[in-house]
Amino acid sequence: MTEHVVPDHFHSAEQAFESSKLGLWLFLVTEILLFGGLFVIYIIYRAMYPDMFHEASRHLNRTLGFINTLVLICSSFTMAMAVNKTQNDRSNRANQYLLLTLMFAATFMVIKYFEYTHKFHEGLLPGAHFSFAEITHPKADLFFSLYFMMTGLHGIHVLVGIGLILWVLVRSNRGDFGSRYSTPVELTGIYWHLVDLIWIYLFPLLYLIG
Amino acid sequence: MSATDHTKNYLQGGGLWSWLTTLDHKRIGVMYMIATMFFFAIGGIFALLVRLELFKTGPLFSPDTYNKFFTLHGAIMVFMFIIPVIPAALGNFFLPIQIGAKDVAFPRLNLLSWYIFMIGSFLLVLAVLSGGVDTGWTFYTPYSIRSATSVIFATLGVFIMGFSGILTGLNFIVTIHKLRAPGMTFHRMPLFLWAIYATAIIQVLATPVIGITTVLLVMERVLHIGFFDPKLGGDPVLFQHFFWFYSHPAVYIMILPGMGIVSEVITVFSRKHIFGYHAIAYSSLAIAGISFIVWGHHMFVSSQSPLANFLFSLLTMLVAVPTAIKVFNWTATMYRGSIWLQTPMLYALAFIFLFTIGGLTGLFLAALSVDVHLHDTYFVVAHFHYVMMGGTVMGLLAGLHYWWPKMFGRMYPEGWGKLSCSLIFIGFNLTFLTQFFLGKMGMPRRYHDYLPQYAPLNMASTVGSWFIGAGFLIMFTYFIWSLFKGAKAPANPWDAKTLEWTIESPPTTHNFHKEPVVTTGPYEYGEVKI
Repeated sequence: MTEHVVPDHFHSAEQAFESSKLGLWLFLVTEILLFGGLFVIYIIYRAMYPDMFHEASRHLNRTLGFINTLVLICSSFTMAMAVNKTQNDRSNRANQYLLLTLMFAATFMVIKYFEYTHKFHEGLLPGAHFSFAEITHPKADLFFSLYFMMTGLHGIHVLVGIGLILWVLVRSNRGDFGSRYSTPVELTGIYWHLVDLIWIYLFPLLYLIG
Repeated sequence: MSATDHTKNYLQGGGLWSWLTTLDHKRIGVMYMIATMFFFAIGGIFALLVRLELFKTGPLFSPDTYNKFFTLHGAIMVFMFIIPVIPAALGNFFLPIQIGAKDVAFPRLNLLSWYIFMIGSFLLVLAVLSGGVDTGWTFYTPYSIRSATSVIFATLGVFIMGFSGILTGLNFIVTIHKLRAPGMTFHRMPLFLWAIYATAIIQVLATPVIGITTVLLVMERVLHIGFFDPKLGGDPVLFQHFFWFYSHPAVYIMILPGMGIVSEVITVFSRKHIFGYHAIAYSSLAIAGISFIVWGHHMFVSSQSPLANFLFSLLTMLVAVPTAIKVFNWTATMYRGSIWLQTPMLYALAFIFLFTIGGLTGLFLAALSVDVHLHDTYFVVAHFHYVMMGGTVMGLLAGLHYWWPKMFGRMYPEGWGKLSCSLIFIGFNLTFLTQFFLGKMGMPRRYHDYLPQYAPLNMASTVGSWFIGAGFLIMFTYFIWSLFKGAKAPANPWDAKTLEWTIESPPTTHNFHKEPVVTTGPYEYGEVKI
């Protein structure tokens, strides 16, 4: 196991960890504000065109959305377990949990891929590209603009999360982490929970309102 | 990093590569300073060209070229100079030193944010080179969706630079919370840091919103998503709300650090403890808070509801309270102080004078009935230049002269400093005081030409801009001259009391030889004896 060296502008490992954690929480605040813009647009256009939202929402695939929600909730659990095992110096277990988390995240993206291609195929596209005859409301393209912007931005965050988990897994496998130093695992975990949490809001707002 | 000798001063040793890979907050601060000053010069040249066009009636450049000039002047000055300059350059350099720390909390993130800033700037420069942008720095839809110019590069540049601002702000907040030296309580922090702290909060909370806005604008152009496009069922006023939700707080990102510098300089050059330390400190936070609930005052003549207009007008007046608290406290600090009129103090006085004018004319614009008449006239242009240039830039120049000896170990030439300060002050008032009258007479902003009755004042304004240009030319020259030929600076040329003046000029890599223990506040001057 390679010993982690505390950067010399910190006094202690604890101070370094506390700083990193505060930094990450602040970063999550910015994430919420970033998504917040889209949620505001959602609120405004839903208030303007409630019927259209209900009608358009029915053309999303609830089953796949629901499976994806379950997948992400499971991944949050395995991520939390990975953090827990790392802190208790059980790095083999931690590696297994990280691998599971990675698989859940990948599953989410695969399902999302099938959802997207189906939408492309049907012509349920954002804005000016919208060409789906079954919805009569003239503003229905706005709903699909929102759908693609919100789930797209979320998807990018899942991809970033996959990268982070992979990085943590490689380092964990190398034996970098343990009870003395587990900052990257914990921070990746916190980030991953936020990504899940955003989906928990996206799912009902987009899929379940019809 | 661990291999370097920490007793050498931070400027010594290493070539260009060691600068480009440095994790030292002081070097990163200097790199920010070089970059932002360079952009300031470019933005300034565009300003001079805008004024040149308006020197006389009749076109000198084509109207399209003129639109690009003022857009680039605005976008470069706002995003590449005035937002980053004080926090990222002076803040980076002095924040860790003033709290007695070796560095910021995340040095690598700090370097990264410089590179992100440069990449964002590069995109904006690319927008200039690929034909420029003609939307104004506000990128209002629907025109920005249809404009044939390089809106995508410019907005992506703004988006990327936003990341840099967020990371810097985040770094500063964590540093202030976690890395203060023993005994450095919040209430013993220099007021510059309170201002930087308030600024960082705004940066972290507001910038993500411009981030998503610019992303959506790009999507609007690429995918035609329709959120802001009336043709597709969207609402262009929504874009204005989004834009100003960031860009109004951004105005306080620009001014708060300047106020912080003035608080330092006024007390040091009055040889007197600051009057109302807590009031100044908390008014910074109050300004940060209020900044988030006044954005609608940019939209009084959009289709915003009368009720919203009324509320935004009322809330906007609130801004005057904490800013006036600062001005009164600075004035009270000087009262019976032993005032030393060196260049930094001259700039601080210029700040108070000009910023007060800028602030009071802001109240005119906050009043609904008056704003309907003055909206989009030169009155607004004059108002925000009094705040941004008369405020922030004067504060920056005060700080630059104040800290120059500490940063580079050389004194600037005092006589030349006073001369260029006078030129800039006179030129500034000639340029912008005239614009208040032009605006009141009804001259609209952003037009390349005007009616004959506006000619004399416009001519005077353009002449003023040459004075400003001359002042800055002198300043850049003597600053560069002083790096090589300036007198060696002592550790504490101003007899200031904050921590950065207890260490060598220029500081060593680790700032302090051993960690300072703080036992008093930042401005412990004795009683004034008369």
